[in-house]
Amino acid sequence: MEISGADFVKGMALLGAGIAMGLGAIGPGVGEGFAAGKACESIGRRPDEAGLITRTMLVGQAVSESTGIYSLVIALLLIFVV
Amino acid sequence: MESEVLNTALRYLGAGFSVGFGAIGAALGEGYAAGLASEAISQKPEASGNVVKNMLIGQAIAESSGIFALVVSMILIFGSPETHSSIFAWAYLAAGLSMGLSAIGSGIGSGLPAGTCCLGIVAQPQMAGKITTTMLLGSAISQTPAIFGLVVAFMLIFFDHANMALHPGWAALIGAGFAAGFGGIGSGIGAGMPAAQACSGMARQPAASGKIFGTLLLSSAVCQTPAIFGLVVAFLLLFLDYSGMPANPGWAAFLGAGLSVGLAATGPGIGNGFTAGEAVAGVARNPDQAGVTSRIMLVALGVAQSTAIYGLLISLMLLFMTPKASDSISAAAKLLGAGICMGFGGIGPGIGEGLTGAYTVKEVPRNPDASGVLARTMLVGMAVAESTGIYSLIIALLLIVL
Repeated sequence: MEISGADFVKGMALLGAGIAMGLGAIGPGVGEGFAAGKACESIGRRPDEAGLITRTMLVGQAVSESTGIYSLVIALLLIFVV
Repeated sequence: MESEVLNTALRYLGAGFSVGFGAIGAALGEGYAAGLASEAISQKPEASGNVVKNMLIGQAIAESSGIFALVVSMILIFGSPETHSSIFAWAYLAAGLSMGLSAIGSGIGSGLPAGTCCLGIVAQPQMAGKITTTMLLGSAISQTPAIFGLVVAFMLIFFDHANMALHPGWAALIGAGFAAGFGGIGSGIGAGMPAAQACSGMARQPAASGKIFGTLLLSSAVCQTPAIFGLVVAFLLLFLDYSGMPANPGWAAFLGAGLSVGLAATGPGIGNGFTAGEAVAGVARNPDQAGVTSRIMLVALGVAQSTAIYGLLISLMLLFMTPKASDSISAAAKLLGAGICMGFGGIGPGIGEGLTGAYTVKEVPRNPDASGVLARTMLVGMAVAESTGIYSLIIALLLIVL
């Protein structure tokens, strides 16, 4: 198989995109799930504060999402721009 | 390289992978069981005979996955292959991967109920018989993924692959090893968690043992789903006719298919275990609420399964959307990248959603009046935790289609 430089670079960029999004998805998934779990535990104790707890959960999850979005941005850059 | 040399070399490498990975799980699980047995004896030294007996039974089951791995290694080292076609070299390596990786989860999972069983029979001696039976059942279910791995390993070793083209056939065999091997890790660990909680729950709440047992059976069956996905893809890779698949990038499609379903199964497998464990514990605490607890548990298990289904989907796309033959390395790299992306991307949401489900089913029996708002919040939280799994799915689809 003849491997040209440009083809090799393109190939590694695409493989890198897969690795970036794949590994990058692990942390937010676990973190947001844990936050949601603790929120449910809290609502179980104080059902009357459900609104406040859900709001806090969503804010926390949004922050936890950020690294997942970074991975998505990098993956899209590697696919479409590089 | 001569095919005979490659054949022998990869047989030995496969033998190392099989017992090397396979030894991890059994040892961890048995060590955990021994630790809890010591704790149980410290609480009630006069019961030590019974505790040691139960510990040894539980450890014997956990050991079986290690023994499977040992047997496969022995066959690889001492078996004399009848053929020297190089495709078999890759089958031997794949057999080692399938057996070794799948034994990790089963060994750990089987050890969990063995440990809590020892504590349970000390706390509630008159329930000892039932607790031991529950432990046996739970440990046996945890062995399922290792048995899947063993079956695939035997198929790889003993079936005739001579009519498979070496390129890309070698990758189909390795992919089958990844699918059955990685695919079993999560389900093996996950099935042990509800069994462990069932043993301690029966000790705390002997009157509820029937409901606990029912919840255990239901949940540990669902926990096996991701391992079954891995097994299905392994069979597809072994038995479908891939004569239309070009050598390049076909190899990347096969490896990607194995990695996607295998790795993505890990997260939902473990996550389901968290949820199922807390559901069994919740039924034990408040048996009157067993119905609503089981219902919410099933919803949680179903949602947490989603990334394993995405992994299966990407695997099937890689297998059935035959790529155009090409000389380019980027055509192969993008398919491999798609498999790796969805494979790793499925792990996090699976575990996270499992944790969400676990905390929710823990609260439902304590506060059944709030079960509506709890289920709603759980689903909202899971939807957010799902997002990175969906990003991975999108990137994987882009990589396949573009």
